[in-house]
Amino acid sequence: MQSEKQSNSLTKRILQSISEAVLIPFLAILTAVIIGGIIILIVGGDPIRAYTGLIQGSMGSTKAWSETAVWATPYIFAGLAVALAFKGGLFNIGAEGQLAVGAVFSALIGYALPEWLGFDLPTIIHLPLTVIFGMLMGGLWAAIVGSLKAYTGGHEVINTIMMNYIALNTTSYLLNGMMKDPSPTNVIARTPLIADSARFPTIFEGLRVHWGFVLALLVAFFIWWLLNKTTLGFEIRTVGLNPDAAKYAGINVKRTIVLTMLFSGMLAGLAGSIEVTGLNYRHELGFSIGYGFDAIAIALLGKSHPLGVVLAAFLFAAMRNGATRMQFLTQLPVDLISMLQALILLFVAADAIIRYIYRIKAKGERVVLTRGWGG
Amino acid sequence: MDWKRFSFIGLIIIVLFGLVVMVGQVKQPPLLIITSMLATTIAVATPLTLGALSGVFCERSGVVNIGIEGMMLSAAFFGWLGGIYMYNLYGFPPGISIAVGVLVAILTGAAMSLLLAVLSITFKVDQIIGGTVINILAVGLTGFLNRQLFFGKGSVFGGTVPGSPGVLPTIHVPITEIFSSVCGTSTTCLESVQAINRVFDQKPIAIGAILLVFISHYVLFNTRWGLRTRAVGEHPKAADTVGINVIKMRYANVIIGGMFAGLAGAYFTIESVPSFEPLLTNGRGFISLAAMIFGNWTPIGAWAAALVFGASQALLINMQIFRDVIPPQWSFLQESYIVGLTPYILTMFILTGIIGKTTPPAADGVPYEK
Repeated sequence: MQSEKQSNSLTKRILQSISEAVLIPFLAILTAVIIGGIIILIVGGDPIRAYTGLIQGSMGSTKAWSETAVWATPYIFAGLAVALAFKGGLFNIGAEGQLAVGAVFSALIGYALPEWLGFDLPTIIHLPLTVIFGMLMGGLWAAIVGSLKAYTGGHEVINTIMMNYIALNTTSYLLNGMMKDPSPTNVIARTPLIADSARFPTIFEGLRVHWGFVLALLVAFFIWWLLNKTTLGFEIRTVGLNPDAAKYAGINVKRTIVLTMLFSGMLAGLAGSIEVTGLNYRHELGFSIGYGFDAIAIALLGKSHPLGVVLAAFLFAAMRNGATRMQFLTQLPVDLISMLQALILLFVAADAIIRYIYRIKAKGERVVLTRGWGG
Repeated sequence: MDWKRFSFIGLIIIVLFGLVVMVGQVKQPPLLIITSMLATTIAVATPLTLGALSGVFCERSGVVNIGIEGMMLSAAFFGWLGGIYMYNLYGFPPGISIAVGVLVAILTGAAMSLLLAVLSITFKVDQIIGGTVINILAVGLTGFLNRQLFFGKGSVFGGTVPGSPGVLPTIHVPITEIFSSVCGTSTTCLESVQAINRVFDQKPIAIGAILLVFISHYVLFNTRWGLRTRAVGEHPKAADTVGINVIKMRYANVIIGGMFAGLAGAYFTIESVPSFEPLLTNGRGFISLAAMIFGNWTPIGAWAAALVFGASQALLINMQIFRDVIPPQWSFLQESYIVGLTPYILTMFILTGIIGKTTPPAADGVPYEK
């Protein structure tokens, strides 16, 4: 009798927490879509046609679905990067730079390794090497910031942004100089094409969606497992929730901070790496711009949960992918999407506003990141 | 601000200036190089100074503001846009259009910071996330409107970006006129006076920024308003107990901060160059935060730190002038991408606290709950 009652209340609690987790983001998206529609009306567009275009362009055909998955791949990795850092109490605004570093070094290994060795490598060796090298370089790029945070107290928010500009300047230097595509017709700052042996194969004939997408889903599952089923994951979460308590519990807080940033950077590096090996087959200057902010929005929308991140990445990918069709139908600029995403983020981050508008009672803890500067 | 900090600032500025003098002396006399570096430093430090002041006001009252970048960007856009509308659509003379542009920029900064205030003070959203929302919103909004208003369907400008009313004029300080009689017939003396004069010939926002540094210092440390602001940022509960309205003080200071950031935005599109491009602020909002931290949350300290960043940007600009005379062993100075790293690396170095730790206001970043 009693146990039945208990299990009943447990199911009820789980249902409640699920509806809570889904309801707020859903209402946030809805509110953003409504306000976006009003803005479209103000600038003289047709919101219904615009949104129809978005949906058609992102989900209207097999090809549209494939393209949405292609867009979603880097978003999943980059979103996971920011989400993992959030779990560890760190705010990684530098996914953009880490992504660029990962992409540049993957491209380097992709096109130059066979030249250095003097013979061609089989895919089974060359592709993993390319991906892992890019991933590690992205990780190291972020670990610099992690070490500065752990050992000197330099705040990661400013440092990751500085590292973004350093990455952008350095890659500009490399892509305009020693790594520039040497073909005589090329005037763009980009690397040569990577070798065939360093490329991800596509999943279906004739569609661009590649195995990197499947890898993204696997990595999302892995991150969920890491965070919830391992000691390291427990340490990361504890440091994120309360570094002082973690210290008293005997967790090496400094090491955990560096490791969190390392993993976060590795995920962002993977995003760049997979774009090079799965889609573009080279790195081109400027391709990374905007991913950092998108990744933050995705992580916040997904409530830093790996499954949430995957879903949020899909939403953002669908919007980016559908934007072209929307522009075709309504002549509204693609940049509209950025504003729509900013509005979604605004309402997701400030869920208090959504609760206020729709009269939903607050429950659960607030995200707390601000722990002052320097300290 | 202690002696250690100021001497570090002095040292870095001397090194940066020395580097340019060393390279450029075969082409120009040192005095000319130093004065031109100084003039550039003061000019390009303007948005950083104003951004840092914005941060000082917000954080002294207890609100972390990492949205300065976004406030600057949107103010730069709307200020520029305001000028264009006044000049092209309503046919106002350039002078009035520019003045309206500056006003619009300041109001844009205020509006954006009002959003931050609502998010972080009323709704108690994590302040770093609130600031990030401002930054992302600014990128989306300016990017969209910049395309839609000029190239969109039914645009009043019909697919072109019309001419802007121009930029603010340089204010001439008559040093040459006053001292030229002292020089008599010596041309070297006259040239030196002219070179020194150039340092003082700045544009209105640059001069205004320096005045605002000292005004802010006075307001923060010598007035009742300043005392209350600091009390609210250090110990809001105590401030509340003695009858200070914490919420009101924080709102007011965040909006004042937003106006500073708005003026900084006006520097980019109304004082520096009369055009707008997406993402033009290029991280300077964040660098001004570093300046604020290094200046230990004081206006004068933040200004000194902003000058260091200004000097490192002036290094980049002046190195381009002397590109052809850079000696081969210093060839890396030819690479603008490498020299351009200086402010960013300097920021990270300063944040390590090697030059001495700084202490933020005690309640910085903590929402106030009664």
